Amino acid sequence: MIRMSGVVKRYGDVVALNGLDLEVPRGQVLGLLGPNGAGKTTAVRILTTLLTPDEGEVVVAGVDVRSEPEKVKQRIGLSGQNAAIDEHLTGFENLDMVARMYHLGKKRSRERARELLEQFALTEAADRPAKTYSGGMRRRLDLAAALVAAPPVIFLDEPTTGLDPRTRLQMWETIGKLVAEGSTVLLTTQYMEEADQLADDIVVIDKGRKIAEGTADQLKKQVGGERVEMILADLSDLPSAKEVLRWLAVDDVQVDEGSKRVTAGVAGGQDDLRRVLQGLAHYDVEVVDVGLRRPTLDDVFLSLTGHATDDDDKPANKDGAPAKKSKKKEAAR
Amino acid sequence: MSSIAMALADGAVIAKRNLIKIKRVPEVLIWTTMSPIMFVLLFAYVLGGSIEVPGMSYKEYLIAGIFAQTVVFGSTFTGAGLAEDMTKGIIDRFRSLPISKAAVLIGRTASDIFYNAISISVMSLTGLLVGWRIRTSIPEAIAGFLLLLLFSYAVSWIMAYVGLKVSSVEVVNNASFMFIMPLTFIANTFVVAETLPGPLQTFAEWNPVSALAQAARELFGNTGTMPTPDAWPLQNPVLYSLLAIAGILAIFVPLSIRQYGKAAAR
Repeated sequence: MIRMSGVVKRYGDVVALNGLDLEVPRGQVLGLLGPNGAGKTTAVRILTTLLTPDEGEVVVAGVDVRSEPEKVKQRIGLSGQNAAIDEHLTGFENLDMVARMYHLGKKRSRERARELLEQFALTEAADRPAKTYSGGMRRRLDLAAALVAAPPVIFLDEPTTGLDPRTRLQMWETIGKLVAEGSTVLLTTQYMEEADQLADDIVVIDKGRKIAEGTADQLKKQVGGERVEMILADLSDLPSAKEVLRWLAVDDVQVDEGSKRVTAGVAGGQDDLRRVLQGLAHYDVEVVDVGLRRPTLDDVFLSLTGHATDDDDKPANKDGAPAKKSKKKEAAR
Repeated sequence: MSSIAMALADGAVIAKRNLIKIKRVPEVLIWTTMSPIMFVLLFAYVLGGSIEVPGMSYKEYLIAGIFAQTVVFGSTFTGAGLAEDMTKGIIDRFRSLPISKAAVLIGRTASDIFYNAISISVMSLTGLLVGWRIRTSIPEAIAGFLLLLLFSYAVSWIMAYVGLKVSSVEVVNNASFMFIMPLTFIANTFVVAETLPGPLQTFAEWNPVSALAQAARELFGNTGTMPTPDAWPLQNPVLYSLLAIAGILAIFVPLSIRQYGKAAAR
C-alpha cells in the first residue's frame, strides 16, 4: 500500500533522505523510528505529496505520488506533528470543513463530522472552539480530521509527541482500534515504546537512511538478551558485586562508576536474579536498586546508532514558531 | 465540476472558515477598524488646521485619502492570516486535502473583502460625523465603494504572497508597515501631490494609491473647485486605478498560487 524506494531529498547541501526504502503491505502498521532530524517528517511529507523528492520512486495506494499527487490526496489521511486544527472553529466545524474539502457534500459532511466526534469521544465538546480543548482532545480531533474520508492509508506523524503519559496511553488505544479495523498505517515516532506497542514492523532510520528493520522482537534480539543491573549504595562494595556477577555473566561485567551501576548479561533469567540476590546477601553488599532488564527498543537504538535518541528539541509546541525552527533543524541535519 | 468551479467551491468553504474566525475573535476586527478612525481624527483635528488644499475643506479632502489608505492597510489581514495558518500547520492540512491549489488563497482574499467592507463602513460613518458628505449620485457613490473594494482585493493578493513567503505574523505586520506607510503617504492621500518635492511628486502622481484616492474623491464628489492635477494618472484616476488593479492581479495571483505550492517545502 505504501512503497518508497531509493528516495533522496536534499535541502541545499544537506541530505535529509539518503536513498530511503520503505514498504508497508495492506493492513499493516509500520513504525518509522528515529531521533529528531533523522528524516521521519521529511519521509511523511514526501509520501503525503507535501514535498517532492529529488530522486526515487514513491507509490501510495497504488498511485504514483509524483505524477498524480491529486489522486493520492483522495486516498490518504494525514495527522501531523502539530495538531493542525483551527482553534477558533469548534470541533464540529473543523471536521465539517475537512469533509467539505473531500467534497462529501453538505449533508454527508455534517453527518460524517458528527459520526467522528462520537467515535473519538468529542461529542460533548463538539460545539466548543477547539482552543478550549486539552492537548489530548486536540490530537483526537486532528486524528479524526485525518479519517474524514475513511482513507485506506493513514499517516501519523509523531501522534503523541508532547502529550502527558496518561493522554499518550489513551491515544495509543485510539490508534490501536484504528489499526484493528484494517487501515494501512505509517507511524513516525521517537518513542520506542510507541513503536513497540502499535507497529507490526519497525524501520529505524538515522541521518536519512534505514539502519535496521524488523519486528520489535527481532530488533531486540539483535542487541542480545537479558541483563542483571544493580546500583550500589557504596562504591566500596564494587569488588564484591563484580565477584557475584562474574559467576553468572555471559559477557563482561560492565561498571559505570559515576552512577554506581554494575551490569552483566545473563542467560538464566529469574533464577540468575535470585542467585545474584543471594550472592549480594552473602557478601553483605548494599544496593539501591537491582533487577532483571530486558532490552528496550531504546537499547536497540543506542546500539544501532551509537547515540541515544535525543529529546532536546521537542517540536510539539502550540505556538508554531519554535516548532518551525525545529523543523528547519531537522532539515538542516 | 470544472476545476475553476471546484476552486471557487473550495474557496467558499475556506472563506466561511475565515469569517467564523472574525465572529469568534471580534477584537481583531474592532482594533483594526479603530486605526482608520484614529487617522481621521488625528488628521482632521490635529494636522487639519495646518494643511490647506485649494478649493475645498481639508476634512472633505482627507476622507477619500483615508479610504485609500485603509483598504491598502486592510490587506495586512490577508498576509497575517496566511502566515498564521502556515505556522500553525493548517496550510499543511489543506495541502494534504484534495482541493484546488488556488482554493485557500481564493477563500482568504474573498473573506478579506468582507473585512474591508466593514472597515469602509466604519470609516464612512466616522467621515459623516466629521463633516464628510457624498455629493454625487448613488450609482457614482456605489462605483466609488466598489473601486475601493476591488483595489483592496488586488492588494490582498500582494500581501498573500508576502504572508506565504515570510510565514511569521510579526514579520508580515512589520514588513507591510514599512511598505504601506510610504506607499500611502507619498501620495495625494493627505496632501496635494504638487506640494511634494521633485521626485516624490512624480512618485505620488504615478502611485496607484493617489489615483485611487483621486478616483474616490471624484466619485464621491469631494473635489470642490480644486484644479485638476497635471499628471495623466490623476486626470484619469478611475481608468488608472483599474489598470493598477488588473496589473497587480495579473502578477500576484499566479505568483501567490505558485508560492502556496512551494510554501510547505520549508
